[in-house]
Amino acid sequence: MQSTLTAPVHPGGEAPGRPAGADTGAGVSGEAGPEPAVDLRDVSVYYGAFRAVKNISFDVPANAITALIGPSGSGKSTLLRAINRMNDLIAGTRFEGELLYHGQNLYAPEVDPVEVRRRIGMVFQKANPFPKSIYDNVAFGPRINGFRGNLDDLVEQSLRRAALWDEVRDKLKQSGLALSGGQQQRLCIARAIAVEPEIILMDEPASALDPRSTLQIEELMAELRTRYTIVIVTHNMQQAARASDYTVFMTMGDDRAGYIVERNRTTEIFTNPRHQLTEDYVSGRFG
Amino acid sequence: MTTATDTIPRPAIGRTGTDWRGLAFHGVLLLALLFSLLILFTLITDVVMRGLPVLLERGADFLSSPTSRSPARSGVGQGIFGTMMMAAFVAVFAFPVGIMTAIYLEEYAPDTRLTRFINVNIRNLAGVPSVVYGLLGLSIFVLALGGLTGGRSMIAGGLTLAVLVLPIVIITSAEAIRAVPRGLREAGYGIGASRWEVTRLLVLPHAAPGILTGTVLSLSRALGETAPLILAGAVLGGFSTGRRTFVDQVFSDYTVLPVTIFDWARRPQAEFRELTAAAIIVLLLVTLLANAVAIVLRNRYERVS
Repeated sequence: MQSTLTAPVHPGGEAPGRPAGADTGAGVSGEAGPEPAVDLRDVSVYYGAFRAVKNISFDVPANAITALIGPSGSGKSTLLRAINRMNDLIAGTRFEGELLYHGQNLYAPEVDPVEVRRRIGMVFQKANPFPKSIYDNVAFGPRINGFRGNLDDLVEQSLRRAALWDEVRDKLKQSGLALSGGQQQRLCIARAIAVEPEIILMDEPASALDPRSTLQIEELMAELRTRYTIVIVTHNMQQAARASDYTVFMTMGDDRAGYIVERNRTTEIFTNPRHQLTEDYVSGRFG
Repeated sequence: MTTATDTIPRPAIGRTGTDWRGLAFHGVLLLALLFSLLILFTLITDVVMRGLPVLLERGADFLSSPTSRSPARSGVGQGIFGTMMMAAFVAVFAFPVGIMTAIYLEEYAPDTRLTRFINVNIRNLAGVPSVVYGLLGLSIFVLALGGLTGGRSMIAGGLTLAVLVLPIVIITSAEAIRAVPRGLREAGYGIGASRWEVTRLLVLPHAAPGILTGTVLSLSRALGETAPLILAGAVLGGFSTGRRTFVDQVFSDYTVLPVTIFDWARRPQAEFRELTAAAIIVLLLVTLLANAVAIVLRNRYERVS
């Protein structure tokens, strides 16, 4: 077990700093894998003068669930929101580093953040369906994108994929706000997948839900993984252990900036962590 | 052993005495309410007692006749017409400009010192005495732009009132937009909507009841203004519209209900006292109507969303 905590450990125990080309794809144990969905290279995010996360480097494997875990203040949500440029909406935020999506840096000046968000969607902690009917909630995204096909079919497909169709098929015209918390969150997921994104970012999607709804969301995520790539921020370690394929453990450094301590397959992180900090966190000694 | 609880007085659970100070406070509040109600009641009773006979006696004739030197023939017809035209001008000039300004300030303007400076100054403008707007209207719409507006004309008066209520429309619309929850906007951005789409399809529909209420309330305010219109050229005393067409009338002499009331209140004949009271009743009804429309519209929108 390594005792130094100065740099994030890349899978395979390589030295800090990314050797060119060695960490793409699945990355773990240096195997050459398919192209990752998103590749972060030396990413830092600033709120004004304050650096919230520093030197983040890892890749997000496609068609898998990557969990970001860590204590409060470690910058998990900031990092998640940086992936689809949601931080742009907050004045004074600054991004350093590279965020590669299909080889293109999403923070290049010629990139349109609106287009980014159509391909990388987001589900929030508190379900926020639009004050419209269930149908219009799901149809909103396709409509503003000028979708010309059969909207009814798309709405049904999205609701089916979000495991909500059977519960709402008879009341599509009812307001989305009249659903229960768990249903509202699944509606938000349906809304997000209606625009056919490649990646779905989830910021603690089940933290406001009861255990049964939480389990439903986790089962849903396992199904969605076949079609989409999922990155989830969660405070719930058991959830990360249960539901994710890869885990990134972050914590707050002395300069109050978040950094990656360890990143590996979930099974490894929880059964055979390489850092003392990681072991302390997953065994509940702090956090 | 002394503990903290030894020093806190603990009365028995069953009440041992009456709370005189509480009762006195309650009484004072009640008195304040009764005082306000009494004033309101006195004013309304006085006006109604004096003016109702005129309305009952002359009815439609009173509502349609122009002002004249003779009390028996004077009516609020021109006043009502002018007031309605003022409402139309305010709606056409002030509402779109005010609402769009509010949208820009809340959704598009970056949070810089300049933006904050502008916001502060709009609030200041809302507090400027309305007579000052009358001077503004006089110097700009009546004199400087006299060629376009026709001088002391209805449209000049309408523009003056529109400028007067513009800060109020901006402020109430901005508040309504600011009250839209952040989660709604984030949800829109999160699925790839642009700022224009989020504003138009999510924010504005949610803010619509508040914006609507604000515009109608600013309208009621405009309809009651007297001093700025006297300065900007509303006619005191009688005038004749002759056979002028509607468009001509827009660019020529006019009056409004509050100015008519002011005019009649100054006349020496005793009969004008009753006429003034009757005109006040009409103005109160117009204001009540405008406010009722605001409430109905707001309730309808709130039920829908």
